[in-house]
Amino acid sequence: MAIRERLSGNEAVAYAIRQINPDVMPAFPITPSTEIPQYVASYMANGKVDTEFIHVESEHSAMSAAIGAAAAGARVVTATSSCGMALMWEELYVAASDRLPVVLALVNRALSGPININADHSDSMGARDSGWIQIYAESNQEAYDNFLQAYPIAEHEAVRLPVMICQDGFITSHGVENIRLLEDEKVREFVGEYSPAHYLLNADEPMSVGPYAVSAYYMETKRAQREAMKNAKRVILETAERFANLTGRKYGFFEEYRLEDADYAVVIIGSAAGTCKAAVDEIRNTTGKKVGLLKIRVFRPFPEEELAAALRDKKAVAVLDRSEMFAASGGPLGAEVRAALYSAKSRTELVNYFYGLGGRDITVEDFKEVYRKLEELDKTHVVRDMYAYIGLRE
Amino acid sequence: MRNEAINEKSPWQEITEGNQIYEAATSRRFCTGEWRTSTPVYHKEKCRQCLLCVPVCPDSSIPVREGQRQDFDYDHCKGCGICGKVCPFGAIEMKEGK
Amino acid sequence: MKKDMVEIRWHGRGGQGAKTAALLLADVAFKAGKYVQGFPEYGPERMGAPITAYNRIGQSPITVHSNIYTPDYVVVVDDGLLEGTDVTLGLKKEGALIVNTRRSKQEIRAMLRGFAGSIYTVDAREISVRALGKYYPNSPMLAAVVAVSGVMTQEAFLREMRGSYAHKFAKKPEVIEGNMRALEMTFAAIWEGEEAVAGRGCCA
Repeated sequence: MAIRERLSGNEAVAYAIRQINPDVMPAFPITPSTEIPQYVASYMANGKVDTEFIHVESEHSAMSAAIGAAAAGARVVTATSSCGMALMWEELYVAASDRLPVVLALVNRALSGPININADHSDSMGARDSGWIQIYAESNQEAYDNFLQAYPIAEHEAVRLPVMICQDGFITSHGVENIRLLEDEKVREFVGEYSPAHYLLNADEPMSVGPYAVSAYYMETKRAQREAMKNAKRVILETAERFANLTGRKYGFFEEYRLEDADYAVVIIGSAAGTCKAAVDEIRNTTGKKVGLLKIRVFRPFPEEELAAALRDKKAVAVLDRSEMFAASGGPLGAEVRAALYSAKSRTELVNYFYGLGGRDITVEDFKEVYRKLEELDKTHVVRDMYAYIGLRE
Repeated sequence: MRNEAINEKSPWQEITEGNQIYEAATSRRFCTGEWRTSTPVYHKEKCRQCLLCVPVCPDSSIPVREGQRQDFDYDHCKGCGICGKVCPFGAIEMKEGK
Repeated sequence: MKKDMVEIRWHGRGGQGAKTAALLLADVAFKAGKYVQGFPEYGPERMGAPITAYNRIGQSPITVHSNIYTPDYVVVVDDGLLEGTDVTLGLKKEGALIVNTRRSKQEIRAMLRGFAGSIYTVDAREISVRALGKYYPNSPMLAAVVAVSGVMTQEAFLREMRGSYAHKFAKKPEVIEGNMRALEMTFAAIWEGEEAVAGRGCCA
């Protein structure tokens, strides 16, 4: 029996951390992720977990300590947002290339500047090349479910990569919603014990982690890292299947919402997907027009072929980015989707929008307008502006 | 794959995860003595076994046995000359070449 | 279109408890078996500055994650906000405005920018002080919004609130009874407010 609850996204992730009871949590507070270490600290104070909390003086140190602890053989968690993640930058790459299965609860918030505390994806999208697996949530339920799946993916012997579990700052992190939780023993069984094959505290096998790699080794190391990312695709699906058997909640690389017979599709990441679903339902119910949604859950590894197969025959696709890239190719998601469709030799009409930067709201009406413009694009075949915006004053 | 078998011709499939090294003291196998352009010579008769030279050697190339320093480990000595500078008795002389 | 979801917007001031009230409403509606959302509109935290919080309460899962622009109900926790904030912005005309105030309904209507819908006034201070001996506006305001919106039955609301107070004030049973009294007094007063003179009818 699942436990019916109502929690904020931060509470849900903290609850998952309590159930998993990781060995070490180095963390430094930053809005809007602060509540996560705060709740875990109270679990520790109340004897609910025996996690070792490491007080650090910065996020750079938080990720450094996470790397050290993971190398020692501990199961590690940390949490951050925005500029906190930016300060972890150097360490993010190290965690990935050292193949340490650290799990990071990222509460997405716009990067400065201008300074802003609200949701967008500039923090995690900037880290998309760091070698971390990235999994995004639409709702508090998904933030919780994704977090439970993080360790089985990260620690799998064919993967051994760090994972960031992302949710939209304030929108889900501080919003209270209905949620179904698993019992503690089911979580423990699902996540399992962590027993790394090699770890620094193993006195029987002295080892070194993170040695210098001259150019004769660097490329081979990166290629091996890519292989782990490829393996992650299989492990993500296997883990999702195991999770579905346990909970009935199904996950993949992305969710297709009324997409199969759709002519017009929106591709989006995060909490706004829920708002888009309401628009899809309303349009279909009132006009019968075939509109659908593809919500990306796994951005790294990017599910290129699967995504292209789902979109290649649509009449027109709008890709919505919640972060800037200042590139000629639009935003990071737009560029990836376009590349995927190109590889699949698809000539689907595609337009890329920016929305929600720095917490700018996006509404059901906004999505209805996006679908209306897709229909227009399908008639005219003229993309007027590859750099379109939603909710921008101009 | 043990690290011993990994070299600059190894394909990516044979590199350990994260380049981890699963054994201790592998630096012994790397003969940094090859880099030497100047060589310390040990004059045992002048040596008073004060052992000031031992801790300053950056390459641990002055072996000590039963409290007595031995001759240099030329496989690893890079010829930096620090030992010669600290010796108060002129027991270590630096010479050009290997 | 079938209306199975109610949208509520709260106006208050930082530190006054409007966000807490929205979360409490989500809480009690959840316990009564509803699908809920309770979320504040976040910015830099400033005590005393106007803040907005929201609730969606429905019979089926709610996926929309935007703010609420055309609420069914608006709750104003501090009538001082009526001067600087357009509290009825987007409020549906068949909806209602609920204001914590000592003023009369007519006075409130005169302060609004032509809002033609229903107005309910609650003197939360008077009720709270009489019921509890202290001013805690949240209980009366919650009762008022439940009574006016009908998002749940009053019986279910009272039952769940008693459970919630019993949990929160396990060591202070007098506070439990005082709060329950505040809820019931509000239920009685809110409809008296429907009369011509209104406002603090219950306590005048």
